[in-house]
Amino acid sequence: MIRTCELKKSFGTNHVLRGINITISPHEVVVIIGPSGSGKSTLLRCLNLLEEPTSGKVFFRGQCITDPHVNVNEVRREMGMVFQRFNLFPHMTVIDNITLGPMKVRGASPEKAKQIGLDLLKKVGIAEKENSYPSELSGGQQQRVAIARALAMKPMAMLFDEVTSALDPEMIGEVLDVIEKLAEEGMTMVIVTHEMGFAREVGDRILFIDEGLIVEEGPPEQVLAKPRNPRTQAFLSKVL
Amino acid sequence: MTLDFSIIPGIIPALLLGTRLTVELAVIAVAIGLAIGSFVGIGRVGSRRIVRTITGIYVDFIRGTPLLVQLFLVYFGLPQLIGRPVPPFTAAIAAMGINSGAYVAEIVRAGIQSIDKGQMEAARSIGLTSPQAMRYIIFPQAFRRIIPPLGNEFIAMLKDSSLVSVIALEELLRKGQVIITRTFRPFEIYMVVALIYLIMTLIISRLVAWSEKRLKVVD
Ligand SMILES: Nc1ncnc2c1ncn2[C@@H]1O[C@H](COP(=O)(O)OP(=O)(O)OP(=O)(O)O)[C@@H](O)[C@H]1O
Ligand SMILES: [Mg+2]
Repeated sequence: MIRTCELKKSFGTNHVLRGINITISPHEVVVIIGPSGSGKSTLLRCLNLLEEPTSGKVFFRGQCITDPHVNVNEVRREMGMVFQRFNLFPHMTVIDNITLGPMKVRGASPEKAKQIGLDLLKKVGIAEKENSYPSELSGGQQQRVAIARALAMKPMAMLFDEVTSALDPEMIGEVLDVIEKLAEEGMTMVIVTHEMGFAREVGDRILFIDEGLIVEEGPPEQVLAKPRNPRTQAFLSKVL
Repeated sequence: MTLDFSIIPGIIPALLLGTRLTVELAVIAVAIGLAIGSFVGIGRVGSRRIVRTITGIYVDFIRGTPLLVQLFLVYFGLPQLIGRPVPPFTAAIAAMGINSGAYVAEIVRAGIQSIDKGQMEAARSIGLTSPQAMRYIIFPQAFRRIIPPLGNEFIAMLKDSSLVSVIALEELLRKGQVIITRTFRPFEIYMVVALIYLIMTLIISRLVAWSEKRLKVVD
């Protein structure tokens, strides 16, 4: 579904990604872990071209999307993204946040979009908040709206960037539950997280990234419990 | 030295006539400024290098030179190029509008840039095009932040419009001067003129403060 080939990204002289090769199959849940500043967010943002790679290629459903002729808007609508800081649109109600994409990008009718929105709000467990503004919601509720907003586009894949890092501890569970439900439904997902327990539970595969390179990858039982690489071991001993 | 305010009631109608022209000048100038400033402000943050350079030069030139000089360029300078005189009202509106455009452009630019980067990214991540993201996400939020400084720009224009008195346009200040040549009471009349400006600017700044509070509620 998603593949990268020698993906590199530099900010000036700061070489953040130094040659990333990953392949993500349909329905696979890949969890990316690694120290702060190792390039996890940058990698995720290169996948949907929010960040333009310096070199290398990104393929999505067989198409090379780093090709300059590709319409990035058509690619992005197929890849949902959820951010650490929610980034809900504060001047719109919850339901308007969700229906904007389907209406303006997919051309759905207002009624159709609203139905999609209400179904998704039910799915993430906040059906009653339809007409609230984001500022009236708790962090956990806001993040679930953000997930619903991304899902409303009926994306082929979802990208999650530390979506629980800005949340109070008691709200983390409700957001992770939604992601787990998506995993069970077979959504293809790339998840950056610091929640190791969650990574083990939801991940089909773990990638450990350090200094812009994938240092170790494998099933959660192996990478998290019996890491081979010394850098993975050092990182895990710090966070576990 | 004695002050004599007894002449004031008699000259109020004339001053109000001048006030009307002052308000007209400011309103039209800021309206033109808004039209120019919106495009220029967007151009300033756009991705086109050439547009950023040109709009940058415009803004720097206008903000770095006195309005009075700009007015003279239009009123006295332009006729030399086009071969016929420019009517005072047209010259005043043109100079003030172009001047206001540069200040409004900076207000618009600052308003757009004050919106968190995450908003644009979230908008793009659901597949909105850049113009769509601007229209539905960035502008509506920037607009709320632009209202108060725009009110201040209007106040500035109201006061600066007094400069066009030098090209014989009978706005508030010029009206006062004309009356002084008849009555020889400069202190009283300039005081009244000042008071009329003050009343207008106070009303607008109150309106701005009120709108600021109203718009905060939704944020
Ligand atoms: N827009 C940018 N401009 C310049 N440098 C950037 C930019 N975005 C990221 N970086 C740099 O890239 C490096 C990696 O950042 P990135 O956000 O990808 O790390 P991360 O692994 O997600 O870290 P964290 O766990 O703290 O979120 C950092 O050194 C950061 O300063
Ligand atoms: Mg990050």
